[in-house]
Amino acid sequence: MVPIACVFIFKYAAYPGLRMAFMDFKPAKGYAGSEWVGFKTFAKIFSDKDFQRALNNSLVFNFLDLLIGFPAPIILALLLNELRYKSFKKVTQTILYLPHFLSWVIVASVSYTLLKPETGLVNILLIKMGMIETGIPFLTEKWHWAASYLLLAVWQSMGWGTIVYLAAITGINGELYEAAYLDGASRWQNVWYITLPGIRRTTIALLIMNLGRIMGSNFERLDSFGNVQVKDFQYQLAIYIYEKGLSAGNFSRATAVGLFQALVGLLLVLLADRFAKMLGEDGLI
Amino acid sequence: MSDMFDNQYTRISTRGGYRRGSRFPIADIFIIIFISILCLTCILPFVHIAAKSISSNTAVMSKSVFLLPKEIDFSAYKSIFKDGTLTRSMVYTVYMTALFTAFGMIVTICGAYPITKKRLKGRNVLSFIMLFTLYFSAGLIPEYLLMKQLNLLNKMWVLILPLMFSPYNMLIMKSFLQSTIPDSLEESAFLDGASDFQILFRIVLPLSKPILATLSLFYAVGRWNAYADAKYFITKRSLQPIQYILSNMVLSSSIETISLSESAEVKSTPEVIQAATIMFATLPIICVYPFIQKYFVKGVMIGAIKG
Repeated sequence: MVPIACVFIFKYAAYPGLRMAFMDFKPAKGYAGSEWVGFKTFAKIFSDKDFQRALNNSLVFNFLDLLIGFPAPIILALLLNELRYKSFKKVTQTILYLPHFLSWVIVASVSYTLLKPETGLVNILLIKMGMIETGIPFLTEKWHWAASYLLLAVWQSMGWGTIVYLAAITGINGELYEAAYLDGASRWQNVWYITLPGIRRTTIALLIMNLGRIMGSNFERLDSFGNVQVKDFQYQLAIYIYEKGLSAGNFSRATAVGLFQALVGLLLVLLADRFAKMLGEDGLI
Repeated sequence: MSDMFDNQYTRISTRGGYRRGSRFPIADIFIIIFISILCLTCILPFVHIAAKSISSNTAVMSKSVFLLPKEIDFSAYKSIFKDGTLTRSMVYTVYMTALFTAFGMIVTICGAYPITKKRLKGRNVLSFIMLFTLYFSAGLIPEYLLMKQLNLLNKMWVLILPLMFSPYNMLIMKSFLQSTIPDSLEESAFLDGASDFQILFRIVLPLSKPILATLSLFYAVGRWNAYADAKYFITKRSLQPIQYILSNMVLSSSIETISLSESAEVKSTPEVIQAATIMFATLPIICVYPFIQKYFVKGVMIGAIKG
């Protein structure tokens, strides 16, 4: 019963708070004293320039995250699977999992230290090698930031993501490879016709889970990598909710955005699940 | 663990002379080089920062510190210890994480064990209630107000209680219990007159030690690395976990300055101090990481089989 109590106290008890989205909520007056305004708050946020920007950024960056970040572990898993030296494989796997265990703060601090235009190691090396004249502002100019932001996430999660795929590859029937070997299949054909179809189910399941997250955004990641120069791109829904809600005290608006985000996220998960079932795969729910 | 990853294909290749007749040795070399480079990107940044943190100011200023420290000088660490903010926060975070992990495990066991029992009525409804929160949450502001009403703002407990039930971890625990502990075992214990609690403590838990280790680590690392909730709910400096302090010190808008109190007698340049601060917060993870890694892999596998 303890967990049920936990869920009720700390999660479900927060749901009534959602009614704020339909109120002109004044913290001083509380729920009872605030006025009901129906969908006015929603109308307001959809015409809000800041919200449009945040939504736009969230969708674009999450989509790019998926586009780059989703295939990366699959490719890496295939490469790892091709490795023949067991001990080399073991050591590299251990090393590649490491970034997953570091918090965004640490990843961001390390990146800032290494990528600073004047004093960062990467720029110093590039200048010394004569490839560039002045340092590249990897994290302090918005377009460079966008690339670094995306790639660093790939770097952080790629190794860890391989575990699931490697496990799926292990489950593939070895006789298939034996038969293919006897038929004279090349290595590439092995990968293309046996390994990839063999991990299809896993891939689809993970894709569904990730599709559901396309509305969400990770506050810690954005916050850690945020700085004044890149506000244009860093301003995503999580930041919007934090700044409008907690910093500026506009509770109703932030709640409405949060509700919108959660509902769309839920809808996406359900749709993706239905879609997968239509394709004849096992869904999630 | 790695044995599990070696599929038949690799075994054929070593047994059946595939290596001799390898058609693409170049591909092998390419893969090895590529993966080695990736590995280096995971290690070298930390080596560099570690080197920076124990080098002298002049060496760092002249941009000549790469992977090996120059003119070794520990004064940055000395000022960190003298300042005390980080060390205090480290102790506090360890304490808080330990409490969190203990509570989290109790809750997870209490949640997962009953819903594996077929005789529990309405277990599907119960698990739906618990899992629904995974897909739909009220969002930041309602949660913030809730914490305020529960009088938890600026308390250590706000970092522990709301997150101690993790639906995801419960799912892993549940599928482990279902797949590894045969019903017949419990039935025979029941016939021998064991109570439910005796079954849980004498039979089920001892058999699920590996998963308990894994989930504890999930909880611990998750708690150790998170700081968003501290940013939302805690303004008191003494109650902030180390990640939050680190984010304030290293990532705050004025990147070139770093805030240690005056009593710390800072002799090092901000760069060196920054490097030392990062190392100070990262070392614990890097030190325990090699030992706990395999438990994590196990947990992910169990989760994956379910998913």
